[in-house]
Amino acid sequence: MIAHVPATARIVERVQESNTIFTLRLEFIDQTLHSRYRFAPGQFNMVFLAGVGEVPISIVSDPEHETLYDHTIRAVGRVTRGLAKLKAGDHVGIRGPFGRGWPLQEAEGKDIMIVTGGLGCAPVVSVINYVVARRARFGRLIIMQGVKHADDLLWQTRYQAWAALPRTQVVVSADAAGKQWPWRIGRVTDMFREVNLVPEQTIAMLCGPEIMMRIAAENLLQQGVASKKIFLSMERNMHCAMGQCGHCQLGGWFVCKDGPVFSYNDVAQLLPVKGL
Amino acid sequence: MKEHTASFTQFFLPRANFATLLLCLQRRGYQIVGPQLRDHAIVYDVLQSVSDLPQGVTVVQEPGRYTVTHGMSERFFAWANGPQALKPLLFTPRETLWRVRRDENGALQFVAETASMPPTAVIGVRACDLAALRVHDRVLLKSAEPDPHYAARRAQLFLIAVNCSDPASTCFCASTGDGPHADAGFDMALTELDDGFTVQAGNALGQTIVDELSLNLASDAHHFAVGQQRERASQVQTRSLPSVARRLRLMEQLEHPRWQEVAERCLSCGNCTQVCPTCFCHKQSTENDLATAESEQVREWDSCFSQQHSYIHGTTMRGDTRARYRQWLTHKLATWHEQFDMSGCVGCGRCIAWCPVGIDLTVETTAMVGELSS
Repeated sequence: MIAHVPATARIVERVQESNTIFTLRLEFIDQTLHSRYRFAPGQFNMVFLAGVGEVPISIVSDPEHETLYDHTIRAVGRVTRGLAKLKAGDHVGIRGPFGRGWPLQEAEGKDIMIVTGGLGCAPVVSVINYVVARRARFGRLIIMQGVKHADDLLWQTRYQAWAALPRTQVVVSADAAGKQWPWRIGRVTDMFREVNLVPEQTIAMLCGPEIMMRIAAENLLQQGVASKKIFLSMERNMHCAMGQCGHCQLGGWFVCKDGPVFSYNDVAQLLPVKGL
Repeated sequence: MKEHTASFTQFFLPRANFATLLLCLQRRGYQIVGPQLRDHAIVYDVLQSVSDLPQGVTVVQEPGRYTVTHGMSERFFAWANGPQALKPLLFTPRETLWRVRRDENGALQFVAETASMPPTAVIGVRACDLAALRVHDRVLLKSAEPDPHYAARRAQLFLIAVNCSDPASTCFCASTGDGPHADAGFDMALTELDDGFTVQAGNALGQTIVDELSLNLASDAHHFAVGQQRERASQVQTRSLPSVARRLRLMEQLEHPRWQEVAERCLSCGNCTQVCPTCFCHKQSTENDLATAESEQVREWDSCFSQQHSYIHGTTMRGDTRARYRQWLTHKLATWHEQFDMSGCVGCGRCIAWCPVGIDLTVETTAMVGELSS
């Protein structure tokens, strides 16, 4: 792990995913470092933009099969808007990987239920890609994606491709959409009953706004999925990424090192409390 | 009273000879940091001679009040504490962590900044300061990724405790178990008496200094006086915190109306976090030098009372004072145990004295969990 001082990484490729979302495919300049670098889906790096600062960004590429590591980033703040302007060949600084990722070993042999809300939701795309690339090792794959408006949906073709895979079900839903929208209309959390999940066989992974994750988790609990089998990816302000700067605390947890992926069991008491 | 002397013998250093201790440390290459009176408060800084020590100074501390008075006492250490002691020395308020520049090919080059501090002997460390040091050691050193800056300075420290003889009204170290007597974690420990100091080594390094001083053994009368003073320093403390078991129950009281009531008094100024010897929150920012196009990553103390502390994606998670005070107190007294298996409060009372409106965490905590049935 690169803990304290960033290492220089080169942008090998830059992909524009939507108006505000882009992916940077990176490699470390130091080849020894690059070949030694290992991460797990759901972990994140601190990405440094020269002259501006660092931001935590999850790693979305495949930990075993790819030679580069990818960050899908939404340009929302000072650093990410600056990162959006970088091109292939430019440099960034990288510290990481940090945190606990998704429970993919525990998930082997189980039905995987992915629930995401909002735009893109890069942290779970890494899981979907991971499962798709190792399809035989997992049971059913259920992908439920909710967006506010149809225009917000990224990667339409990817969802279509996933839907065509065996033992895979995709439910995409927009709160509002026009007539051409091929998917569903309504809240994605209202559509859980349709997927006929087998609670004791299911491991759920959630990503999106906290309120959506809470509703989804409560819904899954009602259907009989144990709170220890429901996982969610949390976000907080982070500076050090090592549990020392204090910013990312949620109750007794440091989201940076105890998370960002938590079981619902670990945070269910804390999530409903406003201002924690 | 000899059961308190551990395995190390107590010697006696007459007050008139106190300078020999300083000389001995200076000869061994230590810079000496100790208490001195500055801007109407006890501050810890580099000490040139015995005359820098706050002789005859006493301090009255109450909620929202810190008043220095000058008396006729010969004593150097007849006060409880100042706003800070060891924390700014080891975990500096502001420092550069690394620098980055572009080489001739435009490649980013990151260079770690290394921390340095000359060997430093601190005189007048209180038991509560040693307890706070144990907390920071736990947070910053006994971590998966120890902080190299803190570690570098920590390795240079020689700690000379002076047992607290005059706790302030704001002190409650006896109730947290952190003082007023220093039992461990020092290289040497002194107890100040009317005619001088009893001196005890805490380890082999401390013993070599004690040996160099060629002191006489402390007398039975000295031992008796130390014991009495120690007992009195506990007994005069009137404030206390509820038991750890009760404090942990603050996390069951997250919607207690008292949080709103405190918030109406709290200014959210962060003074409590600045004087707290265990608060470790810090922020990092990137500062640019326009002339050299180099930038440095700077770490500075932060406070959970600031708006930026919990800022993410355009919102502040802890948006009001109620949420921020609750974060501070529950972290200090409850969740700290989950994180580090120890309390974040050492009973020094600084947050009470230096709060501009005199908010007292012992009162607030007792109001929320003190009366609960167990």
